[in-house]
Amino acid sequence: MSTLDHLRNRDAILRISESEAENRAEVIDPDDERMIINMGPQHPSTHGVLRVTMELQGETVLRSKPVIGYLHTGMEKTAEDLTFLQGPTNVTRMDYAAPLFTELVYSLAVEKLLDIEIPERATWIRMLMCELNRMSSHLLFLATNGMDLGSVGMMIYGWREREEVLRFFEKVTGLRMNHNYIRPGGVAADLPDNWQSDVREILEILPERLEQFDVLMTGQPIWRDRTQGVGVITAEEAIALGATGPILRSTGYAWDTRRTMPYLAYDKVDFDIVVGTYGDTFDRYAIRLNEIRESMRIVEQCLDMIPKGPYRVEDRKVTPPPRARIDESMEALIHHFKIFTEGYKVPAGEVYTAVESPRGELGCYLVSDGGSKPQRMHIRAPSFVNLQTLPHMMHGGLLADAVAVISSIDPIMGEVDR
Amino acid sequence: MSSVEASDGIAEGNDNEMPANTYADTAYDVPVFNSNGQIVLHPEIGFYEGLINNLLADGYQMCVDLCGVDYLKNLTRKLPNGTKAERFELVVNFLDLSEKRRIRVRVQLPEDDLKVPSISMIYPGAEAMEREASDMFGFVFEGHPDPTPILLPEGWMGHPLRKDFSMGRIPVQFKAVEGR
Repeated sequence: MSTLDHLRNRDAILRISESEAENRAEVIDPDDERMIINMGPQHPSTHGVLRVTMELQGETVLRSKPVIGYLHTGMEKTAEDLTFLQGPTNVTRMDYAAPLFTELVYSLAVEKLLDIEIPERATWIRMLMCELNRMSSHLLFLATNGMDLGSVGMMIYGWREREEVLRFFEKVTGLRMNHNYIRPGGVAADLPDNWQSDVREILEILPERLEQFDVLMTGQPIWRDRTQGVGVITAEEAIALGATGPILRSTGYAWDTRRTMPYLAYDKVDFDIVVGTYGDTFDRYAIRLNEIRESMRIVEQCLDMIPKGPYRVEDRKVTPPPRARIDESMEALIHHFKIFTEGYKVPAGEVYTAVESPRGELGCYLVSDGGSKPQRMHIRAPSFVNLQTLPHMMHGGLLADAVAVISSIDPIMGEVDR
Repeated sequence: MSSVEASDGIAEGNDNEMPANTYADTAYDVPVFNSNGQIVLHPEIGFYEGLINNLLADGYQMCVDLCGVDYLKNLTRKLPNGTKAERFELVVNFLDLSEKRRIRVRVQLPEDDLKVPSISMIYPGAEAMEREASDMFGFVFEGHPDPTPILLPEGWMGHPLRKDFSMGRIPVQFKAVEGR
C-alpha cells in the first residue's frame, strides 16, 4: 500500500483534458510561476507522434501527461474483419521496429485455440528470427537514444548495424519490415540456402561494433552525466504501473518472460537476464546494449541446435497444400482457394498469450466464436502501458532531461496507438 | 458467419463437451473456469472490486491487461453455472511475478448499465487501459481519476470497437480544438 500512496502523493500526473491543455498553454501563472507547455506531437525527439503536456516551473518539470492517439488507426477493429490467416499482416504493422514479435504472439494465440503443435524446426526458426529482431530493435534504440542525447554519430552507426540484420530479414521474408513471416501453423517459408553464413557474418561484425559503442557512449563522461540518476524508478513503482521489459529490469527485478514463463524453446538455450541497479536512464540504456549480446548468444546456439524437418504444421486444415501439388491436383487447387478465401475455422474460446518483446510483455487476447474471423483481438502493447511511467520518471527533473527519459522508455507509437 | 447468430440469451453451462474447458467450483468465492488451461474467474459485477482487492492481497502484483469485448448477440458462449451472458465483457489479466502465475477476470456487463468500479486506485497501471476500454466500448469506470479519451479525439461520437459500429460507416470526424 505504501507504494500506492507514494505514487498518489507524488502528484506527477497532469490530469487535464487535451483542449484545456491547449487553452492554458504557454501562460505563466503569476502566483507560482507555473506554465503548461505542449511538447510534440511533431517534436523530433518524441519518436513519432507522442505529445507530452508538461507543467513547468522554470526549467523543472512538475506534472506531465502523455497525450497519445495520433496514430490510432483501429487495428483491433480491422483484425475482426480479417480471417485468422490474414491476421499477421495486420498485427505486424503495430510495433514496426519489432514486427516479428506481434506476429508471434498472435500466432501463438491462434495455435492455442486450434490446439495444434507446430513442428520443432518452426519453433527454432521463430526463435532465431525473434532474437535477430530483438537485436535490430535494440540497435534502433541505441541509434535514437544517441541522437536524442546529442550523440548524433551514434544515430548513423545504430542504423547501419540494424540494416545488416534487416538485410537478412529481406532475404528470408522478402521484406525489411512488416514481414508476415510467422503465421499460425509455423512460418511462411523455410530459411534460404546458406542462411548460416549470413547469420555468422552478422555475429562476426557486431561484437566489435558493440565495443565501439561502448567507447562512443558507455564510457563517456558526458554520456554518463546526461543519463545517470536521470528518470529514476523503483521496482515497486514499475510493478504497480504495469511496466515490464527493460524498464522493470533496470530496477534490478529479474523478470523476463523468456526465462520466467518460457515459450518456444527458450528453456533449451543458455542466456542471461540483464538487470540494472538504479532504475535510471543509464541502466535502461546499458540493459538494451547488453541484451544485444545475449541475443547473439541465443542466435549462435540456434545455428547449432536448429533441427531439420517441416517448417510448418502438416495439418492440411491450417496449411495450404504445397505449390507443386496445385499443378497436378484439382482438389489441392480447390483446397488452396478455400483456405485463402474463406480461411479456416477456429474453435470457440478465448485465450491470452504473452511473449517478451524488446519493450516488455507483449500479450494477445483472442476470442473466437467458432468462425474464421476473430470475435475480438486485443494486443497488450508494452509501450502503451510503459508510457504511464513517464510522468513519474520526469517529475522533479529538468526539461532537458525529459528528452532523455522519453527516449529511454523507447515507445513505438504504432504499438501505443494501434 | 456465426458471429451474429441469434439465441435465447441464456448461458448454457451444463455440458462438458470440451475437455480443455472444464468447470471447477469456486476460487476467491467466485465461479472459476478453466479456459484452454488458463484460470478465469467470473465474478458478478457487485463482487468485482472486492475480488480485485483479494487478488492483490494474494500476490497478483501486476494488472497486465484490461480490455472490453462486445459479444453482441453471440450469447451462447460457455460460462460457469449461474453466470448470465451479457452483451459486454470486461476482461482483466493479472500476473503474479514472484509465483509466476497468471489469472484472468471476466465480468459480464449488460448493455443498459455499463458502470464498473475503477480499479486504477488499486492498480495504478490500469488507468490508461481503463481509459482505452472506455473509449472503445463506452464503459463508465466509476472513481477513475482521469476519465478523458485516450486514443480517440475529444468529442468523438460512438465507440469504435462495438460490433454495431461498422467500418467506414461515417467519415472521420475532424474538428478544431476549442478556443482556437
